[in-house]
Amino acid sequence: MTSIAQETAPLTRRKRRWEGLPYWLILPTVAYLGVFFVWPMIQGFGLALQDETGAWSFTAFRTMVDDAAFGEAMSFTFLLILVVVPIQFVLALGMALLLNARLRGGGLFLYIFLLPLAISDLAAGIAWSAIFTERGYLNTILGGVGVLEQPFIFLDPTSKTQLVIAVAAAEIWRSTTFMMVILFAGLQAIPKDYTEAAEVFGAGFFQRVRHVIFPMLKPSIQVALLLRLIFAFEVFAVVIALTGSGATVLAAEAYKWQATNENEHVAAAYSMVILGLSLAAAAVILVALRTPRERRLR
Amino acid sequence: MALPRIRVGRVFAYVAALAVAAFILAPIYLITISAFSSFDAVYEYPKNLVPTDASMESMNIFLESDGVTDSLLRSAYVAAITIVLCLALGTPAGYALARFTFRGGNPFQLALVSTRAFPLIIIAIPLAVTYLRVGIDDTVIGVALAHVAFTLPLTVLVTASVFAGISYELEEAAMTLGCNRLSAFRKIALPLALPGVAASAIFVFVTSWNEVFAAALLTLRERTLPAQMLAALDTSPLPYRLAGGFFLLAPALVVIFFIRKYLLTTWGRVAR
Repeated sequence: MTSIAQETAPLTRRKRRWEGLPYWLILPTVAYLGVFFVWPMIQGFGLALQDETGAWSFTAFRTMVDDAAFGEAMSFTFLLILVVVPIQFVLALGMALLLNARLRGGGLFLYIFLLPLAISDLAAGIAWSAIFTERGYLNTILGGVGVLEQPFIFLDPTSKTQLVIAVAAAEIWRSTTFMMVILFAGLQAIPKDYTEAAEVFGAGFFQRVRHVIFPMLKPSIQVALLLRLIFAFEVFAVVIALTGSGATVLAAEAYKWQATNENEHVAAAYSMVILGLSLAAAAVILVALRTPRERRLR
Repeated sequence: MALPRIRVGRVFAYVAALAVAAFILAPIYLITISAFSSFDAVYEYPKNLVPTDASMESMNIFLESDGVTDSLLRSAYVAAITIVLCLALGTPAGYALARFTFRGGNPFQLALVSTRAFPLIIIAIPLAVTYLRVGIDDTVIGVALAHVAFTLPLTVLVTASVFAGISYELEEAAMTLGCNRLSAFRKIALPLALPGVAASAIFVFVTSWNEVFAAALLTLRERTLPAQMLAALDTSPLPYRLAGGFFLLAPALVVIFFIRKYLLTTWGRVAR
């Protein structure tokens, strides 16, 4: 009797001692993110809504909007997103389906398809500028096969359309993999039975994608589009590397105001615009792709 | 009737996969041959698509330029500090999320996921202001601290997913055999989690190595490689840019090889 009591007493005491453990384990992360994430963000709001004297005002926002570059940055960022995201969504879905098709040499395809995930937008911009520049590889190839008589100026600073296309090519090349990873994970969670059943009943490939895979993949599609759109508003170095000063985007203006003009208030105002647009885009995706309760599978 | 149609689909799949692979590999191939070519070859037109005379001329121009080797070293330091801090802070939190159900656990996890909705640009600008005041502007440690802020949430989520994949019963068994909680973690859970944790460290490395916006804002002379490249874009000669671009891109080839499996399992799941 006594021996049992002696054994159980320390056990309960020990259990109580461990109850605080998870909090101690997450404390460093919570503290760090509080200091280096949450606090700077609050400061960012403050910076954007204050003028140089520290008084609350919309001066920074007014300076930002009155600057001619604001409209340019806004329109270029939006144009880029409109061109890039739909194309890369289709491409990412296609790549995920290809990886899911268990092709021979799938391991090698997997490695190659994943490569852009670890490539920065600066490196992508530099690589694609070697392709698009007047004495670059694209002109070499087009000239070689006889399509072009003489080099074409792809990166023409006076043509916004051409600049958008060039940056879009680099962005599609670099950031499609990111969507593919999320979509592929979603694809793998779909039980094989469903597609096989559809196949038995005579559904072709596109019917299977449309009626089986698409509805079941919807949560993953939502996340992939959501995160990709959020990151798309941050597009930065690839634009500078490819267009020089020919085009500008919101993040590049934020950088310019902070680093060159040394006005952190206007820079912060730009970052607030980027945040606002990201959250608005996220809301649009969540609403547009929501699944009505009665049609939910789980 | 059905059989040939499947074959056609199969052939189409291979053609499509090869086309995508070619699209991805082409720019990597082109910047590689440009980086390892002579000065004349970089400027010649039409270009040589197949290198006949590989040369270290461009590469040497880049590596011997002012500040390049320093910036390479700095990038490595920043990445190393970021990895150490991220794992030291994040692994315990990941373990807590995987092993305990505690009040506040779910909101904590949700908060980590939602940090991704906030562009790093928003925190980079106020950090630059604070760093000036505190006196860690233009330092390697300052850039690393910012990089930890961007990479810590994902590190916690990924390590949580790694630990969740290791059966807790193994640790319990060790504890019945005389281990305490800490030694059970050290001897059982940690070794089993090591490959996954290493993969997440590699991912932190590549994120830090690639990050350009904050690095460029927070430094002036103590530039990391991407910050150095960004600053030199419109002033440097073409061979310099191409060789530098290759240095930025090269780690991807190695990194993806080591973490490709984890990217699809762990990351894909975490992202949802």
